[in-house]
Amino acid sequence: MPKYAVVIPAYNEQGAISDVVNAVNTTASLNGIKLDVIVVNDCSIDSTSTIIAELSCIALNLPINLGIGGAVQTGFKYAFENGYDFAFQIDGDGQHPPEELPKLIRASEENNWDVVIGSRFIDKIGFQSTLLRRTGINYFKFLIRSLVGVRITDSTSGFRMINRNALSIVNEYYPDEYPEPEAIILYAKNNLNIGETPVNMRERQGGVSSIGKRASIYYMLKVSLAIIFTFIRVKRKK
Amino acid sequence: MGRIQIIAIISSLLFLYYIARLILKGKLREEYAIMWIICTAVLVLFSFWRDGLEIISDLIGVYAPPNTVFIGAIIAILIYLLHLSLVVSKLQEQNKILAQEIAILKQKATKKDG
Repeated sequence: MPKYAVVIPAYNEQGAISDVVNAVNTTASLNGIKLDVIVVNDCSIDSTSTIIAELSCIALNLPINLGIGGAVQTGFKYAFENGYDFAFQIDGDGQHPPEELPKLIRASEENNWDVVIGSRFIDKIGFQSTLLRRTGINYFKFLIRSLVGVRITDSTSGFRMINRNALSIVNEYYPDEYPEPEAIILYAKNNLNIGETPVNMRERQGGVSSIGKRASIYYMLKVSLAIIFTFIRVKRKK
Repeated sequence: MGRIQIIAIISSLLFLYYIARLILKGKLREEYAIMWIICTAVLVLFSFWRDGLEIISDLIGVYAPPNTVFIGAIIAILIYLLHLSLVVSKLQEQNKILAQEIAILKQKATKKDG
């Protein structure tokens, strides 16, 4: 039976984190999945660390704030070193309903995908984000398709499942800031099969987005550059 | 010897002395110090050798000798700033790896205690 890890990066998520962790554990026992929750506390300044110490999860407390990419990678490194077969990534703010986890497992098994991304834009159900963000996401869809030929409708989605092949790659390198779109290029260049499955997302239950309004232009520029540079830097494996 | 020349000589020698002291005390790593020593040596050289600036400006086709100083200084500063960005990027990367290792090790340690 495969061993699953669920990596949850948490920065000041005292409001939502316990519900998320408990919901993941409930989903696992209902579906008979062998799963460990790994919460990566990215040096939160609220009571996240005391809350996660009481939950049934593996708590990784970073001594300094690394940002979302560094935090997620910490969880992936732990999962890789400890022999997990698959690792999920879900947000700590309750945006990603854990009940959808089995959907990603099924999609990966049926299609033989190394990387499964939960997309809110395939069935267009649940929280659809703002028009501005959707425009940005469509632009990334175009950019990613032009570069690596994979069609990803929700490239910024942080609701993902990766297998051990992908874990061995992100163990070595994972983007720091706004990592999601760039990671797709990284996986594609390493010849991993990437697919999407429809999921229902909610509006965040607590915390604040890592991308503020003023930062959105910077976000677009930074991610575009990162996508192009990763595309150039990572040699395609044969 | 003009007044400005004396000031230039004294200040560049003082600068050279200060850098030497920093290296001796171990506050400045040698690899970063090389650039500073070269820069100061150039300063000292030109404060003694007044005609040198005009000769070099003539050689590279700059009409006003002071412009040679500005161009040289700006290029040196740019290169050094780029070098510092490289150093910072490397430090940040190493810092990240250390933090991740610490988090994983801390988890292992508390698991053993508990």
